[in-house]
Amino acid sequence: MVRSMNDLMDDAGFAVIVEGLTKKFGDFTAVDDIAFHVLRGEIFGFLGPNGSGKTTTIRMLLGLLMPTEGQMTVLDFQVPGQAEQVRLRCGYMSQKFSLYEDLTVAENLRFFGRVYGVPPRRLRRRSREIIVMAGLAGRGNELTRNLSGGWRQRLALGAAILHDPDILFLDEPTAGVDPVSRRQFWDLLYTLADQGKTIFVTTHYMDEAENCHRLAFIHRGRIVATGSPQTLKQTQMSGEVLEIEVDCPEEALRSLKTDPTFTEVALYGRRLHVVVPEAVGARAQIQHLLGAVGVSVSRMVVIPPSLEDVFIARVR
Amino acid sequence: MLRRTLAIVIKEFRHIQRDPRSLAVMFLIPVVQLVLLGYAATTDVQYLPIGVVDYDHSLPSRSLLNAYRASDYFTIAAYLPDESALRSEVDRGKLRGGIIIPAGYGRDLEKTGKAQVGFVVDGSDPSIAQTAFSAAQAVGQAKSAEVVRQRLHIASEAEPGIDVRARVWYNPEMRSQNFMIPGLIGTVLTLITMLMTALAIVREREWGTIEQLVVTPVKPLELVVGKVIPYIFIAFWDLIEILVIGVWWFKVPIRGSVPLLLQLSALYLMTSLALGLLISSVANTQQEAMFLSYFILLPSIFLSGFFFPVEAMPKALQLVSDLVPLKYVLIIVRGVILKGVGLPDLQGPVLAVTLFGIVLLLVAAARFRKQGI
Repeated sequence: MVRSMNDLMDDAGFAVIVEGLTKKFGDFTAVDDIAFHVLRGEIFGFLGPNGSGKTTTIRMLLGLLMPTEGQMTVLDFQVPGQAEQVRLRCGYMSQKFSLYEDLTVAENLRFFGRVYGVPPRRLRRRSREIIVMAGLAGRGNELTRNLSGGWRQRLALGAAILHDPDILFLDEPTAGVDPVSRRQFWDLLYTLADQGKTIFVTTHYMDEAENCHRLAFIHRGRIVATGSPQTLKQTQMSGEVLEIEVDCPEEALRSLKTDPTFTEVALYGRRLHVVVPEAVGARAQIQHLLGAVGVSVSRMVVIPPSLEDVFIARVR
Repeated sequence: MLRRTLAIVIKEFRHIQRDPRSLAVMFLIPVVQLVLLGYAATTDVQYLPIGVVDYDHSLPSRSLLNAYRASDYFTIAAYLPDESALRSEVDRGKLRGGIIIPAGYGRDLEKTGKAQVGFVVDGSDPSIAQTAFSAAQAVGQAKSAEVVRQRLHIASEAEPGIDVRARVWYNPEMRSQNFMIPGLIGTVLTLITMLMTALAIVREREWGTIEQLVVTPVKPLELVVGKVIPYIFIAFWDLIEILVIGVWWFKVPIRGSVPLLLQLSALYLMTSLALGLLISSVANTQQEAMFLSYFILLPSIFLSGFFFPVEAMPKALQLVSDLVPLKYVLIIVRGVILKGVGLPDLQGPVLAVTLFGIVLLLVAAARFRKQGI
């Protein structure tokens, strides 16, 4: 499913180029001198915790918010100057559900289609396709209010692609949606990417970030790392990750945290992830430390780091 | 441009259609207001129940009472033994006033041609008391003129010295309905267009759908025009509702041209729509928009001369009332309906309404340009 870097480079270059972008709200710097680029046809993930500047960046890219400083190019148009042209060619799903709840599924699609100037005949066809795509076949006359989470999300995506845009901006599209629906939603995104659409998606779900072709980690308004999930795991991690199974994880966590050589100690269910500079020496040290507090280790292996490990390591 | 505006108009009509409660309110507002103003808020005095305390029981006293009974202003509802009984009836609200004829009234009138009669009025409602008072005096004066003529042996058909022939123009029966119901057109137009426009725009902000609209090719002007059109239709529907019920049920005469009335009402819509837009540029929630609308509407109603004549207000308030657009609309609407005047006689108020409309629309447009939708 995931295409190679070479495929992506063969496409027509960059969809988004951002340089030196800064946004200040009074004394607060929401976005602090960030730079990144998005290739045409890729799914680009913007990953960061709430309040890290993800939505502010998207709103600036759409020309909804004036940047304090910096350059933005979207689909070869300058933003905010040429935002009008960009808007004709992009689809946007804001964080809040933004269809009309008192209109039916079909009425919502018809409204947004008309507003985008989709010709009537084409609009009828697209509406039918999108209703099927969203899994809403036969429910076109239902009020949007009565749809549950996953359907709403897919319908909102449908409304955003009605006019066949080249690039999609999705702001936390799967927040508050159940795992099955999230999976279905991502399958749709892959289909769209295969059709050549560029997708810029923000999320704070690490598992979703794994699905992106490339990622940027944003933290407190700064980009702390960019690259494909594989590259990030291989290059952005100083040290190795040890996964440890013990009989008393809480006690083990407390004791390992006292040692400064372990840059990161975190609990994942009943297992501990410990980031160490070098695995061989650390094994003995951990055995020793845990033995001293009476915790017995049943298993200890080196594992490839998860994106979460990388993210946490980068923001420390 | 047209297609996008039309898309918004269609969508807006759907919203209205899906909200049956607001829909009912919009169509019932005129009916409810008409009934309230037509019946309840009348200041006409007719058949006011009064009591009689007659200590004299003479022929002249009965003749005086007949004169009161003959006027349509009063009904003699009770004969009471003394003033304290009258007072307790007025206290209980059974009577609104009373006539007290002292003992010896007939004899004094016979001998000296002079006699005194007491008249009391419940003054809790000043405007009713005022009318009752004048009516009581008028009846008394007519009676007294008759007495004088009899004493001088002049035939009652003969001309008195000065004959003041009062004639009421435009509203000869002086029915307050004829005054109130045309005024209602102005207030209902303001209410529907100002409040509903403000709500329709603020609602999108509250729902978060505005964010989605702003990234579409819709221009702010298209959005505003599309949102406003359905409410213009409803406003005119309400206007026609008021005219039809007013004429057919309350027998309000329409003396002027109905097309002129509709044209000038449309001119006024510019002002009330601009006010709605201004409110929506300030309010973040529908509740705030409601409060702001009433904050504008209530003082407007009182200062416009809808209930009380502007001429009776203190000078300072009269100056403030010059800034109330509704005042000019009421002059126009009452002028056309009651006086049957045309454009030449309404130049002043029409100019004022036009100016208000242009200035307010420009201010609203500037605010929208500055902050976006």
